[in-house]
Amino acid sequence: MNLILQGGRLFDPASGRDETGDLVIQEDKIRDLGPGIAAAGPGVLDCRGLIVCPGFIDLHVHLREPGQEYKETIESGTRAAAAGGFTAVCAMPNTHPVNDGAGATAYLIQRAKEIGAARVYPVGAITQGSRGEALAAIGAMRRAGAVALSDDGRPVMNGQILRRAMEYAARFGLPIVEHAEDLNLSAGGVMHEGAAALRLGLRGISAESEAAMVARDILLAERCGARLHIAHLSTAASVRLVAAAKARGVPVTAEVTPHHLTLTDEDIRDYDANFKMNPPLRAAADREAVIAALADGTIDAVATDHAPHAQHEKAQEFSRAPFGVIGLETALPLVLRLVAAGRLTLRRALDALTARPAQVFNLPGGRLEPGAVADVTVFAPQETWVCDPARGFSKSRNTPFAGQTLAGRVRHTIVAGRVVYSAG
Amino acid sequence: MGESQSRHLLGIAGLERPAIQALLDRAAAMQRRPPEKLLAGRRVLVLFYEPSTRTRTSFEVAARRLGAETVSVTASASSIEKGESLLDTVYTLRAMAVDAIIMRHGESGAPFLVARHVDVPVINAGDGMHEHPTQALLDAFTILRHKGRIAGLNVAIVGDILHSRVARSNLWLLSRFGARVRLCGPPSLLPAEFAALGAGIECHHQLEPALDGADVVMVLRIQMERMREAFFPSEAEYVHYYSVTAERLRLARPDAIVMHPGPMIRGVEIGAEVADSPQSVIREQVENGVLIRMAVLEQLLAPAEAAEKSA
Ligand SMILES: [Zn+2]
Repeated sequence: MNLILQGGRLFDPASGRDETGDLVIQEDKIRDLGPGIAAAGPGVLDCRGLIVCPGFIDLHVHLREPGQEYKETIESGTRAAAAGGFTAVCAMPNTHPVNDGAGATAYLIQRAKEIGAARVYPVGAITQGSRGEALAAIGAMRRAGAVALSDDGRPVMNGQILRRAMEYAARFGLPIVEHAEDLNLSAGGVMHEGAAALRLGLRGISAESEAAMVARDILLAERCGARLHIAHLSTAASVRLVAAAKARGVPVTAEVTPHHLTLTDEDIRDYDANFKMNPPLRAAADREAVIAALADGTIDAVATDHAPHAQHEKAQEFSRAPFGVIGLETALPLVLRLVAAGRLTLRRALDALTARPAQVFNLPGGRLEPGAVADVTVFAPQETWVCDPARGFSKSRNTPFAGQTLAGRVRHTIVAGRVVYSAG
Repeated sequence: MGESQSRHLLGIAGLERPAIQALLDRAAAMQRRPPEKLLAGRRVLVLFYEPSTRTRTSFEVAARRLGAETVSVTASASSIEKGESLLDTVYTLRAMAVDAIIMRHGESGAPFLVARHVDVPVINAGDGMHEHPTQALLDAFTILRHKGRIAGLNVAIVGDILHSRVARSNLWLLSRFGARVRLCGPPSLLPAEFAALGAGIECHHQLEPALDGADVVMVLRIQMERMREAFFPSEAEYVHYYSVTAERLRLARPDAIVMHPGPMIRGVEIGAEVADSPQSVIREQVENGVLIRMAVLEQLLAPAEAAEKSA
């Protein structure tokens, strides 16, 4: 079965290709691409005026299955991914029960294949039950298909346990993904510690509670020669630490979320818990720092930290509502907002959604070239739409962007040569 | 902030100066001439998730003097089911045909959540570490009775500023009316960012310069659980550095007034001789609380009738 994407702007951030042309898919691979290589005919998608780029890869999503299917399922989550242009998502292990073994890892991959919306790459737990004590079955999860290890939702507070995990994981080349938060420094906090938290009378989560953990983890990774990936990096201090570590050659990478790139603690209004996530929306200076770090490559990837919660859970007192916001279906326009503002080149923006995340977790995809997997996203960069979470594919609606007009809309998402999503 | 702040009283931060002035003026008028029972036939829900005899009673008295019926629900009572969400509780109670909800809650912002989901006025009677607007209004009223003005006054607020809703509501009101507000407490309980919350706000970590030449000294309660959270070492240390004693009060202007929102512990944050001195207006604060709360209830529940009467 062939599919021809005709007349689009072929944009491959890794190679720098940016030209109008056609892309021919044969079975599940890209056969050829370039100007004027395909004629019209059956199996042709008209892509004139649209950008054709590698499928987006999200290093950080919470699919909630098993255990919290009322928030999200593998099916609803991967359909939301496809609608957002993501052809692959990395599923965090903090489900109920925690994914800390081969069985749960294999199930995720199998279930995602059955649904066929987006690829799912499981991230296995670092420790059993993510309790931070004994190591999880790292080798078995690797054999079952885990691409990285994390106790996300919480940090590995015991430095010695993390060190052992790094040493052991290095044998498999698995990145350790750290939710960097010193739980003693952040205890009781519900938003960024600063003037906005003082005004709202909410307990703060200091920037140092993240950066102190980033510093520790970099030192341990440097010692162990382990691959360290900092999840949802949010502060200027963490940026400085990662930049210095990269300059020394420490194998550290980092991701930033669309909401940390676009919002600050001053945006929290009327105690709306749809603005509550962890790490919290930071100060304006932190936002500036993560934008600059994304632009210069200190931060490698944009990852959504898609974290669905039911409406009744978010419609609570701010301090009682759970942390987290959904993000798969709004990521592209939010990143494009930075491009429109001149803060990011289109090439770097798309690189951070495709080729770089693929490299960070050593995943297939992320490139438009003959022979590559045919995971492709087609979007209209200028098309505007109003964010209405009730019309999204996610089961949950907890987004701070509801009601906003967003520019940039996914038109087609193609996974392994199959169109898994087309805008209605 | 907020879609419909004018329908509610959620905080001082969202109130413009004329709205505050109108409430202060109305309370003064009520002091001269007791108000009519404009709220006869109305029912007010007094919903308290934290114990507070003083504030709850003050609101109940205010509502009844205006002729309203009050329904009081407290967290300890069986009517609030354990584990039931705040909104579910409010929906249930709202069904009893109440015309307003007065609420006290331990979490900052809880009245904002309720205000978004009900169609009657919500009055914040204290939410977590956030605001206690009627306290700030009654404090301003009390200051005006004694000083005749707020602009240009030096007002020292001493104690656990970080966790205090009284301090926040007061600093917004006082700074909006042109006072110089000197916040004072140990650095752990007074982050420097407080100075950015309004015009004319200073942060002092030593008591003496904060009291020097002050026109008003507002003393806040200090909760001993803060020691367990390592904000300061001991009660003795706190008393040594921050207790407003008679000797230290001599640094303030001779005609300075001393205020305390209660409940106060003599010998800890305030010297007994200060609490009972002629400079203390603490008992008067309690009386003024009823006047202010009547003005608030009338303004939110019967604005047209009230305007007619005062015209
Ligand atoms: Zn996390």
